[in-house]
Amino acid sequence: MVDIPVEHFSYIALFVFFAGLYGFFTRKNMIAMLMSIELILNAVNIQFVAFNYYLYPDLMEGMIFSLFIIGVAAAEAAVAIAIIINVYRRFKTINVEKVNSMKY
Amino acid sequence: MLAAAIVVFSVLTVTTRLILRAAIYLLFALLATAGIYLMLNYQFLAAVQLTVYAGGIIILIVFSVLLTSHINDRLELESSGRRIAAGVVGLVGFVLTAVTIARTNFTPVNAAPIETDTKAIGTALMSYGENGYILPFEVISILLLAAMIGAIVIAKKR
Repeated sequence: MVDIPVEHFSYIALFVFFAGLYGFFTRKNMIAMLMSIELILNAVNIQFVAFNYYLYPDLMEGMIFSLFIIGVAAAEAAVAIAIIINVYRRFKTINVEKVNSMKY
Repeated sequence: MLAAAIVVFSVLTVTTRLILRAAIYLLFALLATAGIYLMLNYQFLAAVQLTVYAGGIIILIVFSVLLTSHINDRLELESSGRRIAAGVVGLVGFVLTAVTIARTNFTPVNAAPIETDTKAIGTALMSYGENGYILPFEVISILLLAAMIGAIVIAKKR
């Protein structure tokens, strides 16, 4: 066992989560917002793994769940980047405030 | 050490004004996370983190940055009022949740940690019943297929 209390992992994960939240609120560039989402997902993964390790060491549900989250994050990033590139092609910008119509 | 790296790089990711630098800081934050998984003895998860996140997603992000913006473009800043509001929301949320966590009494279980080698993971992913994850495994394979088709259809030239 690593003798670090489980709370410390929680604090790191929380900090990363709210840093990502701050980034999501303040960025205007779509790719930067996507990066913030990745940070948030990463924070959740840390939390899952830490709880798995400390509270349920004889199971591996947290780890498997983290694996699935990583998979979903990859799928989400691929689709998001496809959308972003399409938006860039149409509007010549990826600033969320200048992209204001869904009609083409 | 790893914790400090994660904290510093995640803050830099959301505050730097050069988007390519933000991508690289994100890469370092993800690498440090892989380090945490290694520290907790989840080698397979660390490897997946490195290949999928650090290898795949960061490369995708860097490519799309290069496709959509000039390297030296600085990101537009949100108005300072909104930035302060977002910072306050983040801080309040952090403090509230941290207080809740500090008050909760987690009791670490001292059971022998399960061996999480690739064989055990593979068996768990492929078995059904107790501790089997065949259903989410199949669902995520469908999801990945759908994401692949969707990405191609969306990004296709008309």
